[in-house]
Amino acid sequence: MNQRRSFFVLTAMAFGFAFLYIPILSMVVYSFNNSKLVTVWDAANSPTIKWYVALLGDTQVLDAAKLSLKIAAMNATGAVILGTLAGLALARFGRFKGRTLLTGLTTAPMVMPEVITGLAMLLLFVAMQTVVGWPEGRGVTTITIAHITFSMAYVTVVIQSRLLTLDESLEEAAMDLGARPAKVFFVITLPIIFPAILSGWLLAFTLSWDDLVITSFVSGPGSTTLPQLIFSKVRLGVNPSINALATVMVLLVAVCIVFAGIWMQRQEKKRQRDMQLALAANQEGE
Amino acid sequence: MANTRPDEKLKPWQDPQAVPYVRIERVTKRFGDFVAVNQVSLDIYQGEAFCLLGASGCGKTTLLRMLAGFEDPSEGRLFIDGQDMTGIPPYERPVNMMFQSYALFPHMSVEDNVAFGLKQDGVPKAERQERVSEMLKLVALDGYGKRRPQQLSGGQRQRVALARSLVKRPKLLLLDEPLGALDKKLRENTQFELINLQEKLGVTFVIVTHDQEEAMTLASRIGVMNHGRILQTGTPSDIYEYPTSKYVADFIGSVNMFEGRLVEDEPDYVRIESPELGGTVYVDHGVSSAPDAKVWVAVRPEKVRLDRERPDQPDNAFGGTVKEIAYLGDVSRYLVALDSGKLVRVTQPNTDRRDDRVTWEERVWVSWSPGANVVVTQ
Repeated sequence: MNQRRSFFVLTAMAFGFAFLYIPILSMVVYSFNNSKLVTVWDAANSPTIKWYVALLGDTQVLDAAKLSLKIAAMNATGAVILGTLAGLALARFGRFKGRTLLTGLTTAPMVMPEVITGLAMLLLFVAMQTVVGWPEGRGVTTITIAHITFSMAYVTVVIQSRLLTLDESLEEAAMDLGARPAKVFFVITLPIIFPAILSGWLLAFTLSWDDLVITSFVSGPGSTTLPQLIFSKVRLGVNPSINALATVMVLLVAVCIVFAGIWMQRQEKKRQRDMQLALAANQEGE
Repeated sequence: MANTRPDEKLKPWQDPQAVPYVRIERVTKRFGDFVAVNQVSLDIYQGEAFCLLGASGCGKTTLLRMLAGFEDPSEGRLFIDGQDMTGIPPYERPVNMMFQSYALFPHMSVEDNVAFGLKQDGVPKAERQERVSEMLKLVALDGYGKRRPQQLSGGQRQRVALARSLVKRPKLLLLDEPLGALDKKLRENTQFELINLQEKLGVTFVIVTHDQEEAMTLASRIGVMNHGRILQTGTPSDIYEYPTSKYVADFIGSVNMFEGRLVEDEPDYVRIESPELGGTVYVDHGVSSAPDAKVWVAVRPEKVRLDRERPDQPDNAFGGTVKEIAYLGDVSRYLVALDSGKLVRVTQPNTDRRDDRVTWEERVWVSWSPGANVVVTQ
């Protein structure tokens, strides 16, 4: 019985992992393929790193990657500021007029089809340009604004749920001890919810980093992001250098995940040490 | 158990000249349709340890939060040290509060937690450090300053919270269930520490608790609350010995309650006929009540005697059978079914080691003195 169950568990696990990772793995393998044809494995001359070398010299790809990083970082920062304010309003200001409306409005972009968000943003930017003259044309600014609009919703949800589990008496205690509300926010609330803000920032960063649909509506000449570049290259026919590029991206993500894992493990160890100290303090006999 | 502080002079609440430190004037607090605090008026004097006692949801915490400034009264006014508190935010009130959850800042060390209030006031660093270490010494936590709150036991956290709320030397300290999160043994020790500290520093305490034993130990006076109203205010022994309502008699300690009707109403004694008891009760003081009105007689279990023979007294003695016995070591508790069917609780001290105590299903008499009765009309 036990034997059979463990066999079942192992099989299920193998299938699960295979389903998730074989496509990525095959891409990684093909990135070392020598052949110019993506689907034909050149057994004689593989593996090779020539596609990676080619990637390093490809300024178009490097520029697009730099631009994407820049937009993602600006977007994440903007979304975190606005999302924290919205989350704070929703979690702390009680029942004010229009609270339900605000909740709906901030979370709507999460379920709105991206095509519609993108089109709406484009129409707005065009109208704004004719009326107030800003933003001038489409480019980095419009992409960043559009990304903030939809990624802010995710940050708001993260911050709001963190604030709802935060003991409100912490803020009251600070106020009781003489701190004004603004000071309470910066000295007490912000440091305590900082992990949530950090994860909100990372979430917004990745949302922006791989967004294609909204970006393609609001981007202009000279502002091609990495996903846009990859998509256009693929349409011209898949080139093995794309495999190399994608592998680099996967590697980056994997490194981030490993670091996050190590950090979380250390936090957990620290928490356990704290608990042991508290227990020891208990046994010292108060 | 009773409040036995040996001061001969007039208590402030008995002195008509005394000026209350905290004055609560017909304060009402509504949350939508729900009335949390209903027309409460209360005077609390300097140096008192005043306990607001009541079951959860009775409005005691709301009243405390209004004193701290976290809630505004819907009606009425609050004065602290003669100053009207209307519209004054928590960070400008001469009051500090100790929270039920302690609310220690998890991202700061014990020292920084205690120093927080002083920092807000712009106290220079050297003085700050001195006052913090003095405070930590006072609560017996010197040497723990660098730790984080998560690294402390429950009792230590409670003391950090106390140190943090006292470091600004407030004249008035509000305590919300200060010992609620501690286990029983620790709670008893801490009660006395808290009261010693209060007397040493001369701070006025307003304590919210649902634990009547805690209120009895800590309080100079108790205000019993129910449904947003204060039912009775008095010293612990006043409240215990002379409750003015059924609710208070029942809430504080355990009590036997008999329903009855006044049949003899004289200025210096009354006689009450109680069908529940199957007889009459004689009370050695007058009662202000409409003749023939329904009244209740309250008798504490420890004031009831238990005998095998009919005691030599004409009133307040009834025959019955022992139904339950709980031997608790220092005392034994009995449940006696009277001939009328009414169950009476009796507590007897086990003063000597003997084997001939009354036992199950034995025929006994319960009796009490005329002075043991408390008559309440509501």
